[in-house]
Amino acid sequence: MLKKSLQAQALPLATPEFQLTVLNQRSNSGKEFPFFGEKLAQHELFPLKPTGIQIFQVNVGKMCNQICRHCHVDAGPDRKEIMTRETMLECLVILATTSIDTVDITGGAPEMNPDFRWFVEEISKLGKKIMVRCNLTILLANPKYYDLPEFFKAHNVHVVSSLPYFAASRTDAQRGEGVFEKSIKALQMLNAVGYGQENSGLQLDLVYNPAGAFLPGSQSSLEKEFKRRLKTGYHIEFNNLLAITNLPVSRFLDYLLESRNYEAYMEKLVNAFNPIAAAKVMCRNTISVGWDGFLYDCDFNQMLDLKVAAKHSQHIRDFDLEKLSTRHIVLNQHCYGCTAGAGSSCGGETV
Amino acid sequence: MENSYYNPADLPKFGSITDLQPEMGKKFFSYYAEVFKEGALTEREKSLIALAVAHAVQCPYCIDAYTTDSLEKGADENQMMEAIHVAAAIKGGATLVHGVQMMNKIKEVSM
Ligand code: SF4
Ligand code: SF4
Repeated sequence: MLKKSLQAQALPLATPEFQLTVLNQRSNSGKEFPFFGEKLAQHELFPLKPTGIQIFQVNVGKMCNQICRHCHVDAGPDRKEIMTRETMLECLVILATTSIDTVDITGGAPEMNPDFRWFVEEISKLGKKIMVRCNLTILLANPKYYDLPEFFKAHNVHVVSSLPYFAASRTDAQRGEGVFEKSIKALQMLNAVGYGQENSGLQLDLVYNPAGAFLPGSQSSLEKEFKRRLKTGYHIEFNNLLAITNLPVSRFLDYLLESRNYEAYMEKLVNAFNPIAAAKVMCRNTISVGWDGFLYDCDFNQMLDLKVAAKHSQHIRDFDLEKLSTRHIVLNQHCYGCTAGAGSSCGGETV
Repeated sequence: MENSYYNPADLPKFGSITDLQPEMGKKFFSYYAEVFKEGALTEREKSLIALAVAHAVQCPYCIDAYTTDSLEKGADENQMMEAIHVAAAIKGGATLVHGVQMMNKIKEVSM
């Protein structure tokens, strides 16, 4: 079990440069994977451009109460990067002046940002749809969070929560000792205020990502199994299951290397390349804002410090919808994670 | 010849068996794909059956492939181990039930 982030351990893999070097070098056995951009070019998708910006994803900080093994953010209690109210204000200005209709708030544990509630309230006043990526255990981490289900309900927040498995074994292996039990309690708290219940209008989706070096199976059949097991075992209801592939970034990359699964995993991703999924990658309709206001094509690029390739519009204070809508999306080898099989995005399968 | 009979790198080459007999090979793979589609049994149930059979026929390639496949399909380790016990029970039972044949023969040839 991890005790600290890679950054706090001062590991080379904590830096984006080192991760990109690993992703772009020949593997130990001399294998070289085709460049992702070339793969797209074969399907006339290169350079990859946005189809329009619909989702404004904001990463409000890397602080988290958990230290999951697979975390691409390298989040944890020891991370201090946090979005200030000033940067949030800059986001609100953009939201107020564009037609972007959905705000996806992520982290870390976004609720740990001291201005989180204020930010949600302000976005809510603008009439935008709000999604919050809630790790569930935060609801029980401190009495000050106990009323979050009510708060979410008051602002009709769409709650998206991670639960890698419907049993403790694999959930705890990925997310930490005791996480499953707490997650179940948190889901029951959300259910109690109406989340996931039929006709409540309060949406509760679960995110499944594999606890290991394998790909997610079919989203719909996993959803059926999750529904059956959570209902019979714990009387839990939820709306949709989003199956998300782990991308070889940060701690998941560290896990792959340490467990000697890296090469086989990359090979799996590359072999499962699906051009239909490639045309539907989430960066085509998303813009991702980092804790310090810089703009990225997605949360993964954010962690790899690959800023948007839109000159003079790389920071929220210079947000230029026109320039961003015509930008070329920055690609690298980790992108294979979004195009494998049925595709993967923050909203689950794409195909 | 390789210096080992089983090489993990051979598993992804399974498809190449069509090189020497394309028609039968292709028919086999299309049948195979059809079998594992969701039907009256779910994909997960089929994967668990495959995992159990893989152990019964002791095929390291299939054990490798269907361990991962079962995980991908959302089976948990308890289900996977139970599936192997089913294979073991049938294999053990199949051995032991022949004991009746042995006992019949004992009767036949003994005073
Ligand atoms: S995966 Fe989510 S809950 Fe886990 S450490 Fe990362 S940000 Fe926190
Ligand atoms: S990793 Fe990001 S940039 Fe690459 S395909 Fe996925 S969403 Fe797009």
